[in-house]
Amino acid sequence: MNPISRPALAMLILALTFLLGPFIVIFVAGFSADETLAFPPTSYGLRWFGYLFGVEAFQRSFVTSLVVGAGSTLAALAFGVPVAYALSRYDFRGKDALRGLLTLPLVVPGIIVGLALLDLMVLVYALPVTLGLLIGHTTLLIPYTVRVVGSSLSNLRSDIDDAAITLGATRLQAFFKVVLPNIRGGVAAAAVLAFITSFNQVPVSLFLTGPGVSTLPIEMMAYMETSYDPSIAALSTLLVLFTIAVVAATEKLLGISKYV
Amino acid sequence: MSYLRLEKLDVAYGRAAAVHGLDLVVGAGELVSLLGPSGCGKTTTMRAIAGLLQPSGGRIVLDGQDITTLPAHRREMGLVFQSYALFPHLSAFENVAFGLRLRRLPAAELQPRVAAAIAAVGLAGFEQRLPAKLSGGQQQRVALARAIVLRPRLLLLDEPLSNLDAKLRVQMRAELRRIQRELGITMLYVTHDQDEALSLSDRIVIMREGRVEQDAAPEAVYHSPATAFVAGFMGYDNLFEWRDGALHAPDGAAGRWPLQLPGPAAHAAWRPEQVPVLAPGNGLAGRVLARSYLGERIEYLVETELGPVKGVGPDVAAGWREGDAVSIALDPARAALIG
Repeated sequence: MNPISRPALAMLILALTFLLGPFIVIFVAGFSADETLAFPPTSYGLRWFGYLFGVEAFQRSFVTSLVVGAGSTLAALAFGVPVAYALSRYDFRGKDALRGLLTLPLVVPGIIVGLALLDLMVLVYALPVTLGLLIGHTTLLIPYTVRVVGSSLSNLRSDIDDAAITLGATRLQAFFKVVLPNIRGGVAAAAVLAFITSFNQVPVSLFLTGPGVSTLPIEMMAYMETSYDPSIAALSTLLVLFTIAVVAATEKLLGISKYV
Repeated sequence: MSYLRLEKLDVAYGRAAAVHGLDLVVGAGELVSLLGPSGCGKTTTMRAIAGLLQPSGGRIVLDGQDITTLPAHRREMGLVFQSYALFPHLSAFENVAFGLRLRRLPAAELQPRVAAAIAAVGLAGFEQRLPAKLSGGQQQRVALARAIVLRPRLLLLDEPLSNLDAKLRVQMRAELRRIQRELGITMLYVTHDQDEALSLSDRIVIMREGRVEQDAAPEAVYHSPATAFVAGFMGYDNLFEWRDGALHAPDGAAGRWPLQLPGPAAHAAWRPEQVPVLAPGNGLAGRVLARSYLGERIEYLVETELGPVKGVGPDVAAGWREGDAVSIALDPARAALIG
C-alpha cells in the first residue's frame, strides 16, 4: 500500500470529525457533574447516569421502545421475508409497481407518514397507543426487511428451490430447509437494522404516542423542553453504546456487514 | 414399450421458450437426448416433465399414469441442473441424503444408501466437504448422486456437463453412460452439443422453436438429416436447393450447377470433409476466400457460383493459398438428400 497523501489525510480527518465529533461532545457532556448542559463541562462525575435510573418516565418509555422495536421487527420480518421471496422468485403482473410501493416509506418524509398513520389509526380506528405504534413502526420497517432480505436472496441461485422440490420437498419445505438456512445472515442483518430504526425513530412516533405511552426518543424530547441538564447527554451516551453493542454482537455471531 | 409419453404438449410460459404440440416417446431404460439451439424449447419441455412448469395443453404419461397435473414434489423424478444447484449449507453427504431425510428413512438404511450413491459417482472420501470446497466436476457428481439415490422413475439432465472443461466433459459422458447402464435408469438428456448427443444417446430428438424436427437414432441424424435445419445443425455446412436437375444457391441467388442425384430431393447437403477442393477444371469452379488449419486437414472457404462452399484440401503439405483458382467436387453419391 502507498503512504496516504497529505490532502487525502486532511479529508479523512475532516470526515472523521464530522462523523465522530457530535458523539464525542455528547459523550464528554454525559460525564458532566454540572447543573446545566455545557461543553466542555466544568466538573466531571457519574451523577447524571445515576439520576437517569430514578426517572420513571425514562424507564417506562425504554420498555415501550424495546417492546415496540422487537414487535415491529418481528412483524416486519413476517411480512418482508415472504414478500422478498416472492419478488425474487416469481414473475407476476405489477411486480415493479409493488417493488416501488414497498420503498415508498423510505422516500416520503417521516412527518408525512406519521401524519397519515395518525389520521388512520388514531382518528379513524381509535386504536390503543401501543398497538398504533407497533403498526406504524411495522409499516416503516417493511421496506428495510424487503430490501435487505431481497439482496441476500439475489445472491442465492433460485434453482436450489427447484432442486429441493424435485427431491420431494413441498415449496414450503424447500423454503425452510434450503432457502432460509442460506439467507440467515441477511435475515439477521434485516432484523438488527429494523430494530435500530424503530428504536431511534422520532417523526412517526411523534404522531402516534399518546397519553401515558411514549417511546424513549419522544420522552427525551419532551424532557428537554422543560429541563436542560446533562442527563440527556448521559442517556444518549448509553443509547449509542447500546446500539453499538447490538450491532457488534450480531456482527460477531453472523457477520452481517456484507448485507447492509 | 413407451415408458414416458408426451402427447401434444403445449407450454406457453413467461420467459421460457414455448413448446407447441410436442409428441415424444421414451422407452424404459432408454437414454434419449433433446438436442437443439438455445431457445428451441428443450429445457422448457424438461421442466414441464419435472412439473416445474405447468403445460397449457396436452398430456404427460409416465409408466401408464397421467402425471400432467401431479405436483412436482410427488413425481419421483431426478433432475440434474446445469448449475448443479447443490445446497450450499449442506455437506456432500447431506446433499445426497436430502431426499431420503424428507422421506424419513431410518438412519440404518439411509447411511448405506447414501454411501453407495456417493461411491457410484466416484466421490468416496469427499462426504464431509461443503459444495464450495468441491471442484465443478465433483459438484456435478454430487448432484448426480443426489438424484440417483432416490431411484427416480426418470432421470432428467439439463446440460449437466456444459460448465465443465472439455477433457472432463468427455470423461463424464462415459461415466453417465456407465451409471445409466448399471442402474437401468431411463434418462432424458438436454443438450445443445451435437457431439455429446451423438456419443451418449440411444435416440436423438432435434428440436427447433418448440417443435420436433427429427426423432431418430444418432446414426440416422448424422447421416440422413430429415430437414434442412437438422442438416445445418449437424454440420452439413454446404446446403443447396435441388430442382430441374441442378443445384441452386440456398438463398435464392441466381447460380446453378447441373447435377444428377441418386434419388428425389428438395435439398442436397455435404459436410466440408465430404467436399474435396481440387485443381481448376475438376468440377464447380471457385476461388479460395479463406483457409483454416485443422491439424489433420486444411479447411477452405471457396467462393463459387453457388455461393461460399466449405471443403477440405487433399494434401496438408501443398495446400491452396487465398485467391487461388480451384474447383469443387460435389459427389452426388455422398450427398445427404433431404425431402
